[in-house]
This record gives sequence, C-alpha cells and structure tokens, in this order.
Amino acid sequence: MADLSVEAPAGGLALEETNRSTERLHKAIMIGIALSLLVAPFVLYPVFVMKVLCFALFALAFNLLLGYGGLLSFGHAAYFGMASYVSAYAAKIWGLDPALAIVAGTLVAALLGLVFGALAIRRQGIYFAMITLALSQMVFFFSLQTPQFTGGEDGIQAVPRGKLLGLIDLADDRTLYFVVAAIFMGGLLLIYRIIHSPFGQVCKAIRDNEPRAISLGYRANQYKLAVFVLSAGLAGLAGATKAIVFQLASLTDVHWSMSGEVVLMTLVGGLGTVFGPIVGALVIVSMQNYLAGLGSWVLVVQGVIFVVCVLLFREGIVGVIAKRIGKGL
Amino acid sequence: MVGGDVILSTSGLTKEFGGFTAVNGVDLQVKRGTIHALIGPNGAGKTTCFNLLTKFLAPTSGAIIYNGRDITREKPAEIARLGLVRSFQISAVFPQLSVLTNVRIALQRKRGDSFDFWRSEEVLRPLDEEAMRLLEAVGLSSFAALPAVELSYGRKRALEIATTLALDPEMMLLDEPMAGMGREDVERIEALIRKVAANRTILMVEHNLSVVASLSDRITVLARGQVLAEGDYAAVSTNPLVVEAYIGSGGGHAH
Repeated sequence: MADLSVEAPAGGLALEETNRSTERLHKAIMIGIALSLLVAPFVLYPVFVMKVLCFALFALAFNLLLGYGGLLSFGHAAYFGMASYVSAYAAKIWGLDPALAIVAGTLVAALLGLVFGALAIRRQGIYFAMITLALSQMVFFFSLQTPQFTGGEDGIQAVPRGKLLGLIDLADDRTLYFVVAAIFMGGLLLIYRIIHSPFGQVCKAIRDNEPRAISLGYRANQYKLAVFVLSAGLAGLAGATKAIVFQLASLTDVHWSMSGEVVLMTLVGGLGTVFGPIVGALVIVSMQNYLAGLGSWVLVVQGVIFVVCVLLFREGIVGVIAKRIGKGL
Repeated sequence: MVGGDVILSTSGLTKEFGGFTAVNGVDLQVKRGTIHALIGPNGAGKTTCFNLLTKFLAPTSGAIIYNGRDITREKPAEIARLGLVRSFQISAVFPQLSVLTNVRIALQRKRGDSFDFWRSEEVLRPLDEEAMRLLEAVGLSSFAALPAVELSYGRKRALEIATTLALDPEMMLLDEPMAGMGREDVERIEALIRKVAANRTILMVEHNLSVVASLSDRITVLARGQVLAEGDYAAVSTNPLVVEAYIGSGGGHAH
C-alpha cells in the first residue's frame, strides 16, 4: 500500500521539471534579494541593514556547516570574533586599507578554522560540538588576557573606516552600505555555489550517511575539514566586515552567547535551507533593535521564540514555506 | 598476480573486545569470480569478521590480503578505491538526496576527489544518463526524482545495490542483503545478486539459508569466532559439526 502512494510519474522527466523550476525560483529570489538591497538604504536606517547583513552572512556560514555538512559547531563566535579583532587591529594600528583589513580577518578565521577543525572532526556528534565550544572558550580567554592586542574589556574602539582601495571614502553610511551589500551578496552566491557544487553533493552525502559515503571511497574527514574551513572563513568575513561597520571589535564578538545567537538565527530561519539564515538573522536582529526598550526582557522574548520555534515548526520559517510549496528553498 | 585465483584471503584473523575473542584465527580464501557465503549461528562472529574485512574494525592480529596486496592497515575509504566495496545491514542510502543523486554520488568517484566547491553541479550532468541506466537495471528508474527516504525498504536495498554497482567494484561484500525483507523482495534481490555476480566476486553474510543454498558457490561456516566447516552447500549442510552448532545454539534460520 505504501508503495502505491509513492508511484512517481515518469522519473527522468519529473526530475528535470522539478530541478528546473526550483532553479528558476532560486534565481528569482536571488534577484529579489539584490533588488531589495538596492532599495533598502533609502527606506531603512543603513546601519541597521548592515547589521542584519553581517549577521545574515554569519548565519549563512554556520548553516553551511550544520545544514549541509551535518556538523554542529558551538563555537562559531571564535571565527567571527577573531576576524573582527584582526580586521579592527589591521585597520586601526597598521592603518591598512579596509578591503585588506577584511581580507586579513577572513584569512585568520579560515586558518583558525583549519586548526580547530582538524582537532574537532576527530570526534562526532555532541563530542564534536563540545570540542568546538571548548576551543572557542580558549579564544575568549585569549582575547580577555591580551589587552595589548584586543583592548581587553574596552575592545578596539574608533576603528577608522578608511578609504576603500584608497579611493572611496567609507565614512558615509550609505557608501559603506553598498560595499557591505556587495560583500553579503558575494558571500551568499558563493555559499549557494558551494551547496550546489560536486563538493556540496559529497558533503550532503556525508551528512546523510557517513559510513556509506566512506564505503564509496570518500575520505569523509577531508571533506568535513574543507567545509569547516569554508564555514569558518565566511564567518570571519562577516565578523571582519562588522568591525569596519561598527568601528568596534569587542569581547561580545567572541563570547559563547554569540555562538548561541547564530544557532538561534539559523534554527528560526530554517536549518538546511538556502535562504533561511537570512530570514532568521532579520528576525533576531530586528527584535533586538526594536525591542531594545524592554532591556534584558529581550532575552526572555528570544527564549520564548526559540522554544515556540522548536515546538511548533522545527523546519524554521523558510523550512515551513518550502514544505508548503513543495520546493527546496 | 600473487595468490593466483584467490582475490581475498585472511590468515589468522583475530579480533578481541576486552577479554572476549569475537573472531579467532580465521583463515579465509575467496576465489575470484565466485559467490562466497559466510554463515553461522547468532554470535558466531560473522558481522565482526565482515567489519574486519571492510576495515570498519581493526583486527587485533592476523593479515588480510586483497589482490596480492596487504590491506590489513588500510582505511575503509582506501579499500573502496581498490575495488572492494561493501553494503550495510540496515539499508544504506542517502535519505535526503534524490534516488538519482544517490547513484550519482558513486559515479562521481570516477572524477577522483570532488573538492571543487567553486564549480557548478552542471559538470555532473553527463553522469545522469549512466545513473538512469543503473536505476533501470534495478527497476527504480521511475523513482529517480524522489528523495530516497520515501522509498520502500526493498527498493532502498535495490537502490543501495545500484549505488554500489555504480563504482563497478571488482568485489562486493554484502552484509545480510536479505535482512528484514518480504518474500517478493527476496526473490528480486536474489535475481539481482546473481546478475551482478556474473563478472564479479561476491562475499556475503546471510541468514536466509535457502538464499545461501541457491546463490553461493562456496560456504564458510563460522561458530564461536572460528571456521567450523567449508565447502559447497551439500557438503556443509550434512556436516555433523555444522548441524550440531546450529541446533546447539537454539536453532538456526533454515527455512
């Protein structure tokens, strides 16, 4: 009986058809995002949108690791925060071009991801998560104990935004906004490509059934490490950009609660969906901004939303929509 | 080639868990081009032996030679690359990927490693045709677009076989291919195994003795981690030691 209900119409054709229409939909959404990014600074406060974009990129990077690599990291703040320190330090102390400062932060995050990832992928499941958490706590204490580099409790303040490539003055919010929007869009397209690359296919296979992927001859640990480094690097890109936007790198960026926040954003938006983390970041950052008057009650509201999300729609906002329309988002 | 027509052999293969010896000095020789079955009562060490051969467990002592090459210390992914591919007891598919993609993941191995994250999956399109051909061979072509999780149990096993075949392995190791299957599925998979065995070597662990009887050229009986008897079905099934082992352990699985 169960078999009858899944009798599919002519497989090959149906496959082409679903693939094509999903691809078209994704393309349309990408264009929609690009257009809204063009309009946004004229409707909304640019600094707010930039904050959303930085966190959305961070959540996208996290989702690449968990949603498509099946690896739950509880320490992603380490890459976000360390990149933010490096970028702030490079821009302020070395007087580097903001573009170079961001590149430096991203590279350091990827390198940190390579070292931490190599240690963490030796274990699986909750042990993996605990190792990433422990390593990121070490980064936190390193940041706390080296005020000559991080500024300690004060952080690195008054980071100059500088001139992009020595030409474009980023002091103006709207100018900076378009740079940040371009970085975000580049990151989104790169992640989309990674998910839909031959590499992404193998990652998804390992996520679904690691022993089977190994039995087909895939060296699973190398793929896990590769996706870990990519995710850490992209989280770093988000953190490095954030430092330039807010002209600040602080302990908040490397604190474990930042790691928790990115998990929350991804789950609320939709784990393992392409666009979910963007929606999640938008929801959480908006809440923090517009409910700021509530003080610490924001945390309570956030907690309630998290519980409701997990209880009522585990697939997250975008996950639920994808299910409704029967297409992957 | 060293070893003549023996494709896989073990000598003194032993695995201890704590103080318990699950596999004890097993010498096994699998001839090229045959279907070889590994049977035995529950707890005989079949599955442990299987996991040793596929490198999912490391032996305490002994050696495993495949095609004249010592693979005792190789990693599981490496032996797959040598043409020795295993199946799993619980159906091993990639549940969230489409049926077609499941097979294509295996075909992708021909490209070598797939670390090219900057390339579009369009480069995999040329593999679709062969994937469809493999699906057709196991009767799954009309399910190509479906996520594998939605297939029935028997079809998942068929998909697993198609995926394994996509690697065109020289030797297949099947871990209880009939476990948990209905009669119809058993017949279909049996025919499928016979078909794919035409130009391959197969070593399988199986409980269903009628399947073993009709498929295998040679049978090795394990009991308490040791080889009890070896030969064709007629020889093995009349061996008093084997009969005793099955009855002594509370009955076998003969149908």
